[in-house]
Amino acid sequence: MFNSLSDRLNDTFDRLRGKGKLTEADISSAMREIRMALLEADVNFKVVRDFVAKTRERCMTAEVMDSLTPAQNVVKIVLDELVELLGSTESKLVLSNRIPNVIMLVGLQGSGKTTAAVKLAYLLKKQGKSPLLAACDVYRPAAADQLATLGGEIGVPVFRGDGAHPVEIAQRAIREAVDHMRDVVIVDTAGRLQIDEQMMQEAVDIKRAVKPDQVLMVVDAMTGQDIVNVVSTFAERTDFDGVIISKLDGDARGGGALSVRAVTGKPIKFVSMGEKPDSLEVFHPDRMAKRILGMGDVVGIIEKAQEMADAEQIEAAERMLRDGFTMNDMLEQMRAVKKMGGMKKILGMLPGGQRMLNQLGGNMDESIFDKNVAIIQSMTAAERLKPSIINGQRRARIAKGSGTTPSEVNTLMKQWGEMNKMMGRMRSMANQQQQAKGKKGKKGKKGKRGRAAMPGMGNLGNMMGGMPGMGGANPFGGASGSDMDMLRAMEQQMKGNKRF
Amino acid sequence: MGLFDALSRGLERSREALNEIFYFGGEVTEEFWEDLEDTLVMGDMGADIAMDVTDDLRDLAARKNLTTARQLRSALADRLAENFIEPERDPFSATPSCVLFVGINGAGKTTTVGKIASSAHEAGKKVVIGSADTFRAAAIEQLDVWGERAGVPVVKRERGADPASVCYDVLDRADAEHADLVLIDTAGRLHTSPELMRELAKVVNVTRKRAEKMQAGPMPVYVVLVIDAATGQNGLVQAQEFNDALGLDGVIMTKLDGTAKGGIAMAVASKLSLPILRVGVGERIEDLQAFDAHDFCRALVGE
Repeated sequence: MFNSLSDRLNDTFDRLRGKGKLTEADISSAMREIRMALLEADVNFKVVRDFVAKTRERCMTAEVMDSLTPAQNVVKIVLDELVELLGSTESKLVLSNRIPNVIMLVGLQGSGKTTAAVKLAYLLKKQGKSPLLAACDVYRPAAADQLATLGGEIGVPVFRGDGAHPVEIAQRAIREAVDHMRDVVIVDTAGRLQIDEQMMQEAVDIKRAVKPDQVLMVVDAMTGQDIVNVVSTFAERTDFDGVIISKLDGDARGGGALSVRAVTGKPIKFVSMGEKPDSLEVFHPDRMAKRILGMGDVVGIIEKAQEMADAEQIEAAERMLRDGFTMNDMLEQMRAVKKMGGMKKILGMLPGGQRMLNQLGGNMDESIFDKNVAIIQSMTAAERLKPSIINGQRRARIAKGSGTTPSEVNTLMKQWGEMNKMMGRMRSMANQQQQAKGKKGKKGKKGKRGRAAMPGMGNLGNMMGGMPGMGGANPFGGASGSDMDMLRAMEQQMKGNKRF
Repeated sequence: MGLFDALSRGLERSREALNEIFYFGGEVTEEFWEDLEDTLVMGDMGADIAMDVTDDLRDLAARKNLTTARQLRSALADRLAENFIEPERDPFSATPSCVLFVGINGAGKTTTVGKIASSAHEAGKKVVIGSADTFRAAAIEQLDVWGERAGVPVVKRERGADPASVCYDVLDRADAEHADLVLIDTAGRLHTSPELMRELAKVVNVTRKRAEKMQAGPMPVYVVLVIDAATGQNGLVQAQEFNDALGLDGVIMTKLDGTAKGGIAMAVASKLSLPILRVGVGERIEDLQAFDAHDFCRALVGE
């Protein structure tokens, strides 16, 4: 997502970085390109105008122009302004004390309301709530069936009042929730055009009847300039509280996402990034802005990894430090990468990763993972624990067993060797830190990095499968600093490492 | 209601913007050109095309000495219409043909299939609908309802079945019934998902192969992209990817009854040289109409 915008801005900034001192003309040309990039990204025309004007003004100040690293300052200003545009703080879903809480979803046809309703229900269920879905789309054929099927899949009951008026269905759903001790009702409504007076009135009527605690508008990430007309009418009539951006897993640059808040002042609460029910994520303006600028989402990766890293994995990481890295560990890591959404997703979150992905044609062949899994699974228990015993004969057998070639087995062995080496380095780092702690108890920078990288991160470091250079640099340790130079350096490093 | 009227109604807003420029513009000034470009950008046709159109029009104005904005209005409509190309053959009226509907999620594929089936059935054609969207919950039921309304048989399998095999079944049925028009709905997918695009390529291949072996002689297969009029510049990427993977024969634009101007249709048509086969200007069956570039552009600039 947002790829092309990042690309364009990155090109612009690469040019700016090449200069020691910026002139007014430099800034002007950079702003022109930013303007074009944002327009191409479907950011609303008026929003672009304001954004560029504001950014330019800030860039023209003496502080920026005369500073030693003006280009970086410009980048920072653009980042700040983008975050500001996207809403400077993240906006969580606020539920009131009322039982049941009512959340109502509105939007255009085909924006993804039904899917969003199910994902939201799944999220709330995971948080310990007991949601009820209300099928108030009585117009689209089989809309209620769709909700019922999806609700069944995630184990959330669906209330359908086939044949009744949507207002009545919503009201009855709430009664149903009270009777069956459900604490949140998610009202899925029919798609409607903002100029369809009758349908808009219906939405207002539903809202008046059930007094939702939250009205959320679902907006397709691919919408163009017209989004402004759409959301402003919806804001006026239904006064929605927040926005869910759908279909953001495509490569739409999501200019709509950028514009909605600027136009209506309503925050973006969730982004929907896939077809599965667990693909609804809380929207983080700062992370999104960084992603747009191609600065990666290191915090996102770490959080994602932490979510995945259960106690068992932490233990495994510690054992790895103690006893070295075995093929079993490698297998475990490959599975972890898969669990996190595959290499492509992780790479997309890394600084410069998106660019690199584009250079690779936007897609990565992840089948190598499956191949490697097969290779490891063709090893004996002894071989997995002590891969160094694998000789030519064993290699041939493993290749045969896994349906690969000995050279593919060799590649895997080489990767293992690199990781094992890296593990050794980490081990010594951890030891140093232990000693430092023992002596002074001060948090040496190096030591801190080493540790921060350890528990959940041990997994991450070598998840990078064929990217030993990256893993060796331990990119995650320094994330807390989030300083640009480091991110830049990482990007450079990744660029130089196109092997996989 | 003709296409022109329907579009005029739908495009009212963008016309207002253009009217402002054309009417109040009076004499053509530098500002006028900037405003024009901005308005075109706002219509989702993309900054590239907007600039091209404006530059061309500027040349024309200089050459033909068009000094007032009013003179330029019709020149603009003509210039915009140039972006579109005529379809060589309309697969829905020139039968027999088999049409596969592809597109991203929520573009309006199922509804479009339903509407086309209804109008083709009205026109006396023998239609068979196939439901190859075996992924989305209740997609098959939705199509079933449309089939019932239109009085057209729907060939389907259970949810989760292999979509390519459904297509095979559909053509078997069409073969047995000597159908004129076969309409196949596919599951919505983002063009960024390589697996799903490969799956779709297989669906198209299987359909093509089966269609060659019809009793009544080979049946031409068309792959049509359904695109939402409100789509922004990403629509172009979508069309490109689908075209690369499947080889598209045309585009159907839906939901042009909102305030969206459908400028993306122009971008897709001109950059990929694909004809626009139908436009949806309302919810009723007869609101899905044949596309006329001149009507569309006249409605757009409010001639």
